[in-house]
Amino acid sequence: MSAYLLRRLWQMVPTLIGVVLLVWLLFKYFGADPAVILGGLNATQEQVAAIRQQLGLDQAWYVQLGIYLKQIVTFDWGRSWATNEAVSNLFATRLPATLTVMVPILILDTLLSIPVALGVAYVRGSLTDRTLMIVTTVALSISFLVYIIVGQYLFGFQLGWFPVQGWSDSTWTNLTTFVPLPVMLAVLVGISPQTRLYRSFFLDELGHDYVRTARAKGMKEDTVLFKHVLRNAMIPILTNVGYNLPGIFVGSFLIEVFFSIPGLGREVLLAVNRSDYPVIQAATVYLAMLTMLINLATDLLYKVVDPRVVLK
Amino acid sequence: MSAVLTTPLAAAPRSEGVWRTAWRRFRGDRVGMVSLAIVAAFLVLILLSATRLVASSWQREVGVPNAPPTLLGPRPPEDLGTIEVPKGPNVDLSDVDPLAPKYKEWAERAAKMKTEEIPRAQTLPLGGDRLGRDVLAKTIKGTEISVFVGVLASLLATGIGTLLGAFAGFFGRKADDFLEWLYNVFTAVPDILLIFAFAAVFGRGIGTVVLILGLTGWAGVYRQVRAEFIKHRGREYVRAAEAIGASTGSRMFRHILPNVSHVILVRMSLLVVGFIKAEVILSYLGLGVPVDQVSWGTMLAEAQAELILGYWWQLAAATLFMAVFVTAFSLMADAWRDALDPRLRGAE
Repeated sequence: MSAYLLRRLWQMVPTLIGVVLLVWLLFKYFGADPAVILGGLNATQEQVAAIRQQLGLDQAWYVQLGIYLKQIVTFDWGRSWATNEAVSNLFATRLPATLTVMVPILILDTLLSIPVALGVAYVRGSLTDRTLMIVTTVALSISFLVYIIVGQYLFGFQLGWFPVQGWSDSTWTNLTTFVPLPVMLAVLVGISPQTRLYRSFFLDELGHDYVRTARAKGMKEDTVLFKHVLRNAMIPILTNVGYNLPGIFVGSFLIEVFFSIPGLGREVLLAVNRSDYPVIQAATVYLAMLTMLINLATDLLYKVVDPRVVLK
Repeated sequence: MSAVLTTPLAAAPRSEGVWRTAWRRFRGDRVGMVSLAIVAAFLVLILLSATRLVASSWQREVGVPNAPPTLLGPRPPEDLGTIEVPKGPNVDLSDVDPLAPKYKEWAERAAKMKTEEIPRAQTLPLGGDRLGRDVLAKTIKGTEISVFVGVLASLLATGIGTLLGAFAGFFGRKADDFLEWLYNVFTAVPDILLIFAFAAVFGRGIGTVVLILGLTGWAGVYRQVRAEFIKHRGREYVRAAEAIGASTGSRMFRHILPNVSHVILVRMSLLVVGFIKAEVILSYLGLGVPVDQVSWGTMLAEAQAELILGYWWQLAAATLFMAVFVTAFSLMADAWRDALDPRLRGAE
C-alpha cells in the first residue's frame, strides 16, 4: 500500500514539471510583457525598465525559470499585480465562498441523479425512459447562460423567492439566503448529463449474469437493485465524481459572476481580464496538483468500494 | 482472351465499404435522418449568410429600438409625461448669444449635406434589439459565427489529436512516452482554467477562440486515435503494405488512417457540440467574439439586461436557434456513432 502510494506520488513529478513548464512557456513567450502591463498606459521607458529589473525580467531565461520554480516550491507567489494582495491570501479568502456554493451542488447532483438514473435504467425502453432521454438531450443543448439568466429573472426578480444576488459574512446566512438559487440552477443543469451517464453505467451492470442469478434465486428487486447493481456501478460513478471534484475548487465561474459571489472562479476570471499573471499561474499550478491528488484519492477509494480491486 | 480473364474477377462480389454500410444503417435511423435534415438546413442558412446573401446588413438599424416581434403588434405609444410644452414665440437671444452670427453659415452648410431618414419599422419579424437591429438577421449571423467557431475549433483539435495520436500509437516507445506525458500535462489542468490561461495570453477575437479551444481540446481525440493505431499497426494489411515497400508515412496516413477515420469523425462531431457551448460562454465573458461581431454568446450577454426591461425576444431567438441546432447535431452525432461503430451503441 505505502509502496503503491509512493510510486504514484513519484509518478506525479514529471507531470507536474510539465504543467509548470507549460504555464511558464505560455506566459513567457506568448503573453504580453509583464512590465508593460504593470507600468500602465503612461509609463516611461525608464519606469518599464525599472519594473523589468524588479521582476527579474532582465535576467537570463534560466534565472527567471529559477525564480519561478522557487515561487512554486515556497508557495510564495508574491502579490497580485492588480490589487497588491498576496496571492496566498487571495486564495485563502476566496476559497470558502466557492466551496459554500460548489459542495452542495456536487452532493445534490450526485444524490439526485443516481436514483433517477437507476430508475430509468430499470424501465429501459419504456415511455418514461425515452421521454426522459429526450428531455435531457434538449436540456443539454440549452446554454448554462440561459438557465442562469432566466432563473435569476424568474425566481429572483419576478417571483421574489430568492435575492437576485448577494453575499454576507456569515456562512449560515449564505447557505440559507444566497446559495439556494444558484445551487438550484446548477443542479438543474448538471443533473441531465449525470443522469445520462449513470444510466449507461447501470444498464451495463443490469445486463450482467449476476443480476439474472440474483433474480433466479428469488431475490427481491429492491435488493437486486440497491445491494448488487448499485454497488457494482459505484466504480464508474466514483470515477466521474472524482473527475468533477477538482472543478469544485475553481468553482463555476459563471455562477460566481452572475450571483456576485466572491469566489475563486470570479477571481481567476478577473485576473484573466486584468492580465494578472501571478494569480493565473498560481491557480493553474495548484489546481493541477490538486487534480492529481484527487485522482489518487479516487483510486484509493476504489479499493474501499470494491475489495476485488488490486492496487498495483 | 481478356474477357475470359476478367469475368471471374467481376463476378466476385466486392465487399461493401464501411461508409456504404454505415450509410445504409444510418438511413434506417429515423431520428438520425430528421436531425441530419435539420443540420443540413442550418448549413444552407450558414452558407447563405457567409456568402452575404442573407443577413448581410444585420448591423443596419431598421426598426425602432427594442421593436417587438410582429406577432405581438407595435408597442402602444408611451405617455409623454406631464411637463407642458411652452407656447408662444421663442425669445430673441441674438444680442447676447455669442454664437448668433454663425447660425446662418451653419444652416447653409447643413443644407449642403444630404441626410437620409430611414423609416423605422414599428415591428420586426422576431423583434429588434436596443439599437433597432433586426433580431432575425442578427441570429442568423450569430448562428454563422458560432457554428463556424465550433466546427473550425473541432477541426483544429481533431487535427492535433489525430497527428499526435498517430505518432504515439504507431511508433510507441520514446514518442509514445513523450506524448503520453504531454497528454497527462494537459489533462492535469482543469479545462476551464486551461482555457482561461490561454485566453489571458492570446487576447481576443474569433481566430483566438478557435485557437484556444483547439489547443486545449485535443486530448480526447489523441487518446482514442492512439489506441486505434496501436491496435492497427500490427495488423496484416499494414505488414503487407510494409512488405511491398510502403513508407512509414504512407502506412500511417494512407493505410491505417482511413481505417480509423470513422472513430475520428464521431469524436469530432461530439467536439463540435462542446465547442459551440464553450464559445457561447467565452463570448459572454468577453473573452471570445469581439463587439463588432455577433454570436449566440454576445446575444445572450445583451439579452440579460433586456430581459429585466421585458424585451425577451433576443434571448428567445438565440436560445431557440442554439437549442435546435445543438439538439439536432448531438442526435445526428449519436446516430453516426451507432451507424459507424455498432459496438458503441447505447454507450454514452
